[in-house]
Amino acid sequence: MTPNAVMDVLQVTVLVLVAAGATLVVRTRDRVRLVLVLSVYGMLLSILFFAFQAPDVTLSELAVGAIALPLILLLTIAKVRKPE
Amino acid sequence: MTPRQRLWLFAAGLAGLIACYLWAFTGLPGFGHYPGPYGPAILKHVIAQTNATGVVSAVNFEYRGFDTVGEEFILFTAAAGMSVVLRRLRGEREGQGSPADDAASRPVPATSSAIRVVTLLLVGPTAIIGWWLATHAQANPSGGFQGGVILATALFLVYLSGEFIVFRRLSPVALLDAAEAVGAGGFAAVGVTAVALSLPYLYNYLPLGTIPGAVSSSGTIALVSFLVGIEVAAAFVLIIGELLGQTLLRGGGRGGRQGGGRGGRQRVRSG
Repeated sequence: MTPNAVMDVLQVTVLVLVAAGATLVVRTRDRVRLVLVLSVYGMLLSILFFAFQAPDVTLSELAVGAIALPLILLLTIAKVRKPE
Repeated sequence: MTPRQRLWLFAAGLAGLIACYLWAFTGLPGFGHYPGPYGPAILKHVIAQTNATGVVSAVNFEYRGFDTVGEEFILFTAAAGMSVVLRRLRGEREGQGSPADDAASRPVPATSSAIRVVTLLLVGPTAIIGWWLATHAQANPSGGFQGGVILATALFLVYLSGEFIVFRRLSPVALLDAAEAVGAGGFAAVGVTAVALSLPYLYNYLPLGTIPGAVSSSGTIALVSFLVGIEVAAAFVLIIGELLGQTLLRGGGRGGRQGGGRGGRQRVRSG
């Protein structure tokens, strides 16, 4: 396979994975599980940006989408949850 | 209007939308083909004009620097707003409905040795990567935003290892406030300084260095990226610290939170 064909296969694969991940995020009902799925989805998105040759956006998405946003959401859930 | 008529109206609208949408697709440029003049023009001149080989940073902090000022102040405002909303009002008391993570009877799980070792080992490398990203925007596809968040992550690793006291000592609120203000204000000040020199706002007035892509190259691009890094790191630690409160302190019961007032609970429990 030529480098271009490899790139095409990679891009299509990642696009499908991102679509599947997004569907999973929407379908997840449990809040804590949702945050973890969202973090994996952020990881997939950053791979997508890398496959589309945007390494700077990859770094931003990795830091914010896979780490910072899930962390903030988890902490917020812990804050608003009533003691059992 | 009967439900049946409404359905027809909706169907007509939907058909029109689908038709127009498909029509619009036929006019799109080929996948991955950028038709505008802006990209090629920048690629042609960027190194000669700025000495920055990190072209994205050159666009972010120089050609479109004004956009980035706005973006940075979005984060600044978010962190400030968070501090205001979560502050503790005078006379406010946490009653029966206090959140689970603040409950006095809440069992605090001990941090496992494995997590302690791994997180403490990761703190150093994470901090170095964050610092490197924030200071090398002129040479690499990185920048202050990414570097700042990763720098903040290094502090969260300290927290994750169970060292809440160390986390607090490393991130006093007054210092974070100052760092955030210096970062955000510094960016704007770099721009205003250019105006004072009767140049356009955010004009790159610093020496560009001789070697493209060197750490000392690219003038204000490197400086602004570094300032953004400080601001972003401080803002993230502030936001997360605000949410963390004294959760882990409950178990240890050592000392109160320094810095006072903001969102933190002043109660000190003896464990």
